Amino acid sequence: MIPELGHFALILALVISLMQATVPLVGAHRNRLALMAVARPAAQGQFLFLAISFACLTWAFVQNDFSVQYVAMHSNTATPMIYRITGVWGSHEGSLLLWALTLSLWTVAVTIFSSKLPEAFMARVLSVLGWVSVGFLSFTLITSNPFDRLLPAVPEGRDLNPLLQDPGMIIHPPLLYMGYVGFSVAFAFAIAALLTGRLDAAWARWSRPWTTVAWVFLTAGIAVGSGWAYYELGWGGWWFWDPVENSSFMPWLLGTALMHSLAVTEKRGAFRSWTVLLAIGTFTLSLLGTFLVRSGVLTSVHAFATDPKRGLFILALLVLVIGISLTLYAWRAPRLAGGGSFAFVSRDTSLLGNNVLLSVVCASVLLGTLYPLFLDALNLGKISVGPPYFEAVFVPLMAPVVILMMIGPFIRWKTDEGSRVAHQVVPGLVASVVAGAVAAFLIGPATWRTVLGLSLAAWVVIGSVQILVRRLADRPGTATSVRLRGIPRAWWGMWMSHLGIGVFIVGVTMVGGLQQSADLKMHPGQHALLAGYTFTLREVVDATGPNYAAARATVELTRGASPVATLRPEKRLYHAQQMPMSEVSIDVGPFRDVYISLGERLEDGAWIVHLFYKPFISWIWLGCILMAVGGVLAASDGRYRRLAERNASSAAVGQTA
Amino acid sequence: MKAKFLVPLVLFLVLAGFLGLGLTLNPRLVPSPLIDKPAPEFRLPQLENPDSYVSLADMRGKVWLLNVWASWCPACLQEHPVLLDLARQQVVPIVGLNYKDGRDDAIGWLRKHGDPYTTSVMDADGRVGIDYGVYGVPETFLIDQAGMIRYKHIGPVTPEAVRDLILPKIAELKRAG
Repeated sequence: MIPELGHFALILALVISLMQATVPLVGAHRNRLALMAVARPAAQGQFLFLAISFACLTWAFVQNDFSVQYVAMHSNTATPMIYRITGVWGSHEGSLLLWALTLSLWTVAVTIFSSKLPEAFMARVLSVLGWVSVGFLSFTLITSNPFDRLLPAVPEGRDLNPLLQDPGMIIHPPLLYMGYVGFSVAFAFAIAALLTGRLDAAWARWSRPWTTVAWVFLTAGIAVGSGWAYYELGWGGWWFWDPVENSSFMPWLLGTALMHSLAVTEKRGAFRSWTVLLAIGTFTLSLLGTFLVRSGVLTSVHAFATDPKRGLFILALLVLVIGISLTLYAWRAPRLAGGGSFAFVSRDTSLLGNNVLLSVVCASVLLGTLYPLFLDALNLGKISVGPPYFEAVFVPLMAPVVILMMIGPFIRWKTDEGSRVAHQVVPGLVASVVAGAVAAFLIGPATWRTVLGLSLAAWVVIGSVQILVRRLADRPGTATSVRLRGIPRAWWGMWMSHLGIGVFIVGVTMVGGLQQSADLKMHPGQHALLAGYTFTLREVVDATGPNYAAARATVELTRGASPVATLRPEKRLYHAQQMPMSEVSIDVGPFRDVYISLGERLEDGAWIVHLFYKPFISWIWLGCILMAVGGVLAASDGRYRRLAERNASSAAVGQTA
Repeated sequence: MKAKFLVPLVLFLVLAGFLGLGLTLNPRLVPSPLIDKPAPEFRLPQLENPDSYVSLADMRGKVWLLNVWASWCPACLQEHPVLLDLARQQVVPIVGLNYKDGRDDAIGWLRKHGDPYTTSVMDADGRVGIDYGVYGVPETFLIDQAGMIRYKHIGPVTPEAVRDLILPKIAELKRAG
């Protein structure tokens, strides 16, 4: 009964989304307020029914209703409650439902937080979001209904993929989807603006906070996903350039470019057609990512169930949504005037340069991800493209991005003198290269990678300090604390995000250059040495969990005579799927992680043990946190709220007059 | 409409064309390292008659299918009609590898849903499954007269897969043998 309710709620949500897609659009076109006014209640009603539908599926999981096929495939009576709840989005059908729910949540957020938008514009935005929702809800209902019954019911379910039974997986998909799907708002704003032909500073200002918030979620989602890969997959790596990882990284790259391009469009009125294209492109990549993950055209460590019918449906959806958008772009964009002009030496140029570079990086990642598919489609053989390609392309393109990123804030908008900028920037750049090279030689065998990485990181730090000092020097006379408080949040957001990139680079460089690892065969009682630490395998005992049996090792970690930590890596066998899993144990520290993963048991009672020493690896995630916090600061800048209020009061004045 | 503004649309359509072609290809066809390798040896008790054993050698000289199944596996129920249909056509013997299952559960399941298998053997602890690289149930292996694995199907066998892949391969192997 409950699953049928969920199914009906889903159908109702589709019907409402059709209304939300069509009626307000007609209203905006004919300028009928009554028709436009349908948009808001429709968006909120759609959310209500999707929430009911989602709750019903969750209930089926909680109640172990194995007459629902999706539940039977992904849950089990022994599965812990928390993983029964997160099992809802553990696979294809449920994660589509989560996609639709997330989209609906964003739509409702637009109706609440952008309530001061002109009625016709709002109607168009909600209509575009409605169309996207129609696409995804019909996809769910036609090809991937999570409420399909399995009759007769099976007595016991299959359990959730043990890889997904992890706290990281509880929050990773929702965060990632909030990011992915959040770019649909920027997309809807761009399409609405193209429809009206009003691509002005106001449009950019309305889009900015939405884009930034989506970017924050995506940043956090990717970071959590990479953290999960680090401690759950047991290989000690944190990024694998896997097609599924790439498909979340590509919208991030283009979304980063979009955020910066919107800033220029708002402040200077420039890059308008470029900004629109980035908004469409970012959302295209979000949809493309969904396609790549769901259709199975590429092999990936993310073993989702795949089905060619689903692939075809979502490809058709992609072609419709993006094809129409790009046709609209080709039709409307030529009418856009160029906007503010700017000289070669200007902040505008530095932002444009970085946007172009980020787009090129994104295109290279796309090429590498799809290259095996291209070759296969052209009958040129089967190959796989791995990290060597991506690293060879990524590093040389991203290094100038990082350099320019810190130079930009030194340059004035519109036009500046090259000699003035050089005078301010060159000493810092020289100091960074010296500092980076010295540090690289001090810490160990210096390679061009460590020198480059540490120099870039030093440049980010030195540049950040310089622009902060300059910013404070802008208002002489008052106390430093007053001046600090006078800096708007948006500026702090920019500063902190950029600093986060520097911290991130330190982590990547140090791990890449200095990590040590050993794969050993150890008997209980034996010692091993790595990176100055002594590892003692005390014992391996049997342990049982709720839905698995495990062998748990106790490893004592000492440095010299002093004990550091006791680590307990496990080798688990999950009952239902008979899937062995390595549960690593990590001693986390600010400057290094010590990471142990337990391998196979050998015939003679010895165990294979993988030991890793990973310097500065937590800085990778610290960097991501700084970037995300920076984004939150920027999006919460009071400016947007004040502008909203001012718009409201001017609207009120307009009405009384 | 100026031509340069059409560039994104054209690029996108080319990309979509490739993605469409990609749907007709199967990237998973290549990876299994077991294809064209000798099938791993096994000697396992029969499900209905645990005192008698079946081993790889018993199947030598025949083209046959090894289908990994379990009564706890909903996807097996999904492919079951396809296997029953294949069994009725009597093209090749189908050996069921009953994977990590209880004997009574397995026999009950076959009574209830029909038995497409020439014989089923019990791999109660999953050792043979590990040798065959089974990581999800169901999986189906096509093995030739010389005991070489010629094809591996991951997941439920569909009628299309039988028609377009498995039957042609069987015909080819029979001709060759």
